[in-house]
Amino acid sequence: MRAIFKTRYEQDLTLWRSPAGALCYALLLAALLLVPAVLGEFYVGELAGLFVFAIAGVGLMLLTGYTGLISLGHAAFLGIGAYTNAILLARGVPFVLTLPAAGLLAGLAGVAIGVPTLRMSGLYLAIATLAFGSIVGTVLQKWDSVTGGFDGFAVKTPSILGVEIAGATGTYYLSLVVLVFVLWLVMNLLRAPMGRAFVAIRDSEISAQSMGIHLALYKAIAFGLSAGITGLAGALFAHYVRYLAPDSFDILLSIQLVTIVFIGGLGSLHGAIFGAMFMRLLPQAIALVRDDLPFGLGRMPGLEPSLFGLILVLVILFEPTGINGRWLKLKRYVGEFPLHRRVGFRRQKSYARSERLR
Amino acid sequence: MSLFAASDIGIRFGGIRAVEGVSFDVRQGEVFSIIGPNGAGKTTIFNLISRIYQPSQGSLHFDGQDITRVPAHRVAGLGIARTFQNIELFANASVLQNLLIGRHRHARVGMLAQLGFLPSVRRAEIEHRARVEDVIAFLGLQRHRDQLIANLPYGVRKVIELGRALCTEPKLLLLDEPSSGLNVEETEEMAFWIEDIKKDLGITIIMVEHDMKLVHAVSDRVMALNQGRVLALGTSAEVQGDPEVIRAYIGGEP
Repeated sequence: MRAIFKTRYEQDLTLWRSPAGALCYALLLAALLLVPAVLGEFYVGELAGLFVFAIAGVGLMLLTGYTGLISLGHAAFLGIGAYTNAILLARGVPFVLTLPAAGLLAGLAGVAIGVPTLRMSGLYLAIATLAFGSIVGTVLQKWDSVTGGFDGFAVKTPSILGVEIAGATGTYYLSLVVLVFVLWLVMNLLRAPMGRAFVAIRDSEISAQSMGIHLALYKAIAFGLSAGITGLAGALFAHYVRYLAPDSFDILLSIQLVTIVFIGGLGSLHGAIFGAMFMRLLPQAIALVRDDLPFGLGRMPGLEPSLFGLILVLVILFEPTGINGRWLKLKRYVGEFPLHRRVGFRRQKSYARSERLR
Repeated sequence: MSLFAASDIGIRFGGIRAVEGVSFDVRQGEVFSIIGPNGAGKTTIFNLISRIYQPSQGSLHFDGQDITRVPAHRVAGLGIARTFQNIELFANASVLQNLLIGRHRHARVGMLAQLGFLPSVRRAEIEHRARVEDVIAFLGLQRHRDQLIANLPYGVRKVIELGRALCTEPKLLLLDEPSSGLNVEETEEMAFWIEDIKKDLGITIIMVEHDMKLVHAVSDRVMALNQGRVLALGTSAEVQGDPEVIRAYIGGEP
């Protein structure tokens, strides 16, 4: 086991728990930068998709995992981001402007949905956001003149300062840069007063209020930031799929995003990343074993959604802290081996408010 | 000089008059206790002061200012902090984070500065941390600093809630049953802290409490309530000897 000796307050304000931790992340980043040189086009493209979903996961984690507000309509923000980016690109606006515009517009939409739903929580909020999601989906379908309706349209290849960001490799590096940037922003927020206010609202609204936290204001900010980050993910999603059609942004996508934060582990940024990894790897794993499944299971329609549903239920029942909780336990086990005690790994019967949704 | 005054406040929930026509004033630097049987309206008065409930009659004044219509999230900024009867801590955060949330009313940095974690934010955080460390030292919470609230025993949580209220640097502290759920030793410790908060920090305290020993030990004045009305107001000995108060607690000839 490693103990960290702290002698200055600055040590509690660093992004990494220790220099060794910083080194690990630096090595991971270096490895990720080298990936396109080693792996084939298909894998690079899939990893880019993983990054896009990780960004959206971080966005939703800020709202659900840290502020305790559920949203079943986050696909709408992904859609708003994707369409804003693609439509502005098609009209000749440079990419360096369309990407922030996508985040900004989705963020404003988030504040707009956040304000009227502030008095709701739990199931009511879930239903309100679900309705918002389907409204946006319908708008994307029916507003032919702008969105191209059901036919959709091809997304223009972006370029920054005259350099085209083409193909899987381009999207890969672009998504990686945005993911690192978004993680940096959210980590900054979480060590600052605003992040603490979010956690306070999640754990006890009444005492957050009596500590001077303006509930309505902070919930609206949480909604706006979360939607904005998801909008950035949407802009990149457009380049990942390369062809936009309104049916990509349906309720199933919203539920996939919720699954990411729940399976990954609520209330941790690692969780958002782990969840996105799980989300993107499971379909690949199913594809690998599909032909070998007994009773023709592999040809059954709806195999993927039902498996996701089953796994979500099992995770909530048996590991409410998600993959991140497992990861922490594994790290402690290895760190304390052979002195670990069984009792330290037993599940505690306590839940964050966002887990039981009141 | 009176720091806080309630005049003729009252609130009803439907047909029930939870508090009716209650008036009292709290002097600068005193410990003012509110006692009474269950359902007497003690916690309701706290919720009226911290603006969670809107009074249906009367007015509240604090520090020369009418606070009857101030929204709940502004109360901390005025210098009123409170604890809760059933502990309302942020259970999935560390002790340090809980105490730092107490510093929220002193936060002065903008959102964009926080997103970029600019040097101004870093300086402010270190300043807040130093103040929080003062409270940690005052209440002896050093060894719990980095633990999650969910993993701590009840007695410690009670102290942390007191600490969180102190971190706001209040002028008036509302303590809702500070000794409930504490054992005899912990209650004695609580009595010492209340004395210290009053003497060393100069904070005025309003306390709702059932433990008469604690009330007697620390209170300058006591107000007894029954069914939303004031029965008696005076020193602890006066109130405990009041025939009305005795009747409300143990019954007797009407």
